Amino acid sequence: MARFLIGRLWQSIVLLLLVSLIGFMVLNLAPGGPLSQFALTPGMTKEALDRIAEQMGLNRPLPVQYLDWLWKLVRGDWGKSFRDNRPVLDVIGSHLFATLLLMGASTLLSMLVGAWIGIRSAVRRGSLFDYSMTVLCFVALSVPTFWIGLVAIFLFSLRLGWLPAGNMYTVGDGSVRDILIHLVMPTCVLALVNVATWARYMRTATLEVINQDFVRTAHAKGLAPRRILMKHIVGNALLPMITLAGMQLPTLLGGALVTETVFTWPGMGRLFLDSLGYNDYPVVMGLLMFSAILVLAGNLIADLLVAFVDPRIRLE
Amino acid sequence: MTDKDFQFTRRQSLKFFGAAGLTAMASSFLGVGAAQAKAAPKGQIIVGFSQEPTVFNPHLLHIEVDEGVYFAIFDPLIDVDPKGNFYPLLAKEVPTVENGGISADGLTYKLKLRDDVKWHDGKPFTAEDVKFTLELLVKPEFKSWRRTGHDLVRDLTVVSPTEITWRMEHAFAPYNAILASTFIVPKHAFEGTDPNNAPFNNAPIGTGAYKWKERVPGDHIELAANTDYFGDGPYLERVVIKYIPDVTVLYTQLKTGDIDVLALQWITPDNFQEAKTLPDRVVEVFGGPFVETLSLNLMKPVFQDRAVREALYYAVDKKTIIDTLYYGVPRPTETYMPHESYYYNDKLPVQEYNLDKAREILDKAGWAAGSDGIRAKDGVRLSFTCSTTSGNHLREQAQQFLQQSFREIGVDMQIGNLPPAVMWGDHWMLSQFDMAVAGIGFLTGPDPDTSDYFLSTSVAAKGGNGQNTFVYQNPELDALLKKGGAVVSPEERRPIYLNIQEIVRRDLPFLPIFQYANIRGYKTGIHGVEANINNRIDTWNVRSWRWS
Repeated sequence: MARFLIGRLWQSIVLLLLVSLIGFMVLNLAPGGPLSQFALTPGMTKEALDRIAEQMGLNRPLPVQYLDWLWKLVRGDWGKSFRDNRPVLDVIGSHLFATLLLMGASTLLSMLVGAWIGIRSAVRRGSLFDYSMTVLCFVALSVPTFWIGLVAIFLFSLRLGWLPAGNMYTVGDGSVRDILIHLVMPTCVLALVNVATWARYMRTATLEVINQDFVRTAHAKGLAPRRILMKHIVGNALLPMITLAGMQLPTLLGGALVTETVFTWPGMGRLFLDSLGYNDYPVVMGLLMFSAILVLAGNLIADLLVAFVDPRIRLE
Repeated sequence: MTDKDFQFTRRQSLKFFGAAGLTAMASSFLGVGAAQAKAAPKGQIIVGFSQEPTVFNPHLLHIEVDEGVYFAIFDPLIDVDPKGNFYPLLAKEVPTVENGGISADGLTYKLKLRDDVKWHDGKPFTAEDVKFTLELLVKPEFKSWRRTGHDLVRDLTVVSPTEITWRMEHAFAPYNAILASTFIVPKHAFEGTDPNNAPFNNAPIGTGAYKWKERVPGDHIELAANTDYFGDGPYLERVVIKYIPDVTVLYTQLKTGDIDVLALQWITPDNFQEAKTLPDRVVEVFGGPFVETLSLNLMKPVFQDRAVREALYYAVDKKTIIDTLYYGVPRPTETYMPHESYYYNDKLPVQEYNLDKAREILDKAGWAAGSDGIRAKDGVRLSFTCSTTSGNHLREQAQQFLQQSFREIGVDMQIGNLPPAVMWGDHWMLSQFDMAVAGIGFLTGPDPDTSDYFLSTSVAAKGGNGQNTFVYQNPELDALLKKGGAVVSPEERRPIYLNIQEIVRRDLPFLPIFQYANIRGYKTGIHGVEANINNRIDTWNVRSWRWS
């Protein structure tokens, strides 16, 4: 176990280094830079831009810039945003809660509903329910989220006036009730797509288990069908779901770019897009490292959990 | 004081504002406003922007939208109204030659300041703050957004807490316009800090009608009424500046009522017709200071012959471009000067779309068609590449349309668009393009000076310092620009700038297409929202905004 963890740790460090190196190179090799947005400011001159580039250290050779960044990171300094000069970790932190709330709510919702649909479809394979859910899932997977979002706003905000059109809370209110009301629409829109994903996976996983010998044995023993379903089938079918959930962890914190944009939700997805748009290198790099760490952590946790739940698996 | 009285007084005073004595009248008007008991601020307005303000020190490198916050929190010494007239804010009166604020040779400035102004933290505002601000802007280690003009200031002297004087290295007429966008910051907030990293930069302290309250990054900024404000307003308890990155969503939230005022980047032209029919919403078109151009690089041999530039201009079907692509919202123009400006020349020849005329000009100038139908002269083929920001669909469609028209007169135009960072980087700044579709704001506030764009020495590609990316070098124009920049009185300056516009219209370093127009929307019942071509941002007078 200890050897497994140490091995994983080394792998992770090498991977993180590679991710940071590639990320840094791609960012800096892409033409333009953090100052190009100021080129059309009235009265701006090339000389002024060059001087500021020098003050920001942007005209140093790339390897020097990279090593400087890396050395600071190792010592816990993630740098400061070019846009508002706040420490990168603060910037990320201030967007984290919004994303966690939205993604947490929608993931919970989609896992529960998705698992239920998947199991029911598998058990009643070939039924009207199975077919209609399959069709609906593919529709949900194919329709772009922003379109569903805009239609939902049109229907529930503009026409019916039931729900707010966006934002996380009313400025000046921000009570739990207020946030919950604002949470309904983005959560449901986002969950719609994820329900489809979970339902498809769950259906396949259940089908794989349902025809196994031990299920037949359970039936032969005369166990109650409900007990067979819950204990033997679902219990086993959930194992691959743990891995899937582990892979979903980074998206949980990475945010949902499109949904966040349509519903003006101040989360991580939008932060990433904004930072990219303004070439805010420190924040983009910070987000990159942050999500890379999450991917590695998510996979590690999933591996550990699977081993813990499934005694057939031993970590070496 | 009712709303009507307010409007009336203001209009009246504006009408004659250029005259010297009346600046004093305006300042007394502001004084009267302050002397009367103010009604307690009530209600709130949520302003929606599609870009996020992130820089709160007004002198650091920033973009347009950041100024939306500055106007609420800070005050400049003087400001400029929609007609282009200056009015005093922190200064007692606008410095002019007539009132002795500027010496006759334009070299010495003497400013009297208000004595009743307090910073948001309660400390009094004094001439030391003005001195500090003007010095900060030119500090070598400070990431200053603009040094132009300020770098001419010498011998800044604080005569008393309410009086400051300085000398200019040479007469510089645009300096009042620059002062009008120079927000004064408190000296005491920077003591013992590096101005690039001062705590002030993320928790600004100003003298303005609204105080900094809170920022939720990526979402909104909350400002609270400054009940001690010396001037008109504030009328609202709270102003919220809300960031909504997508223009479609921005418009939707105006419809649902989640935002009260829809500002920068405004309503897209395709939604204009529908927006006009919205109940309880005011939707209005107002001119912006930017001009859409086909900018030409005169370093390239194809564009060196004026006949070619004239012929191309005849082949531009402005009406179709404006009507079909921009829903008829923007206004065609012949000059870089906004129609709203005091210096606008309305006598310029009006361009017509006439392909026969274009062919005739090219034939006469000796550009003969080759075997492939493309004209050439002295080994130069009439062929070039037109570039702009890739992904800007309206411009891309305009390019395809122009490509066809140009082809009909024997001119080959290729389209080579680039991502924004590349397009407006060296490609633009160092004149590496042939032709570029560019929206350019030529003016600094209300001032007509465009030396930065037209002076022979402003060509960055030739080592100059400026934005003359057209590489337009005309000694006659250089002389006029110099003359116009050294004369301070608007009446004397006007004929010079009318003349400059004639010459630019004749030489065509760029083909002007239209002046930008923006469509703003807000809820019925909001008063004070007013277009101002001379200030870059919608909230320039947020201090006066109120609900009826």
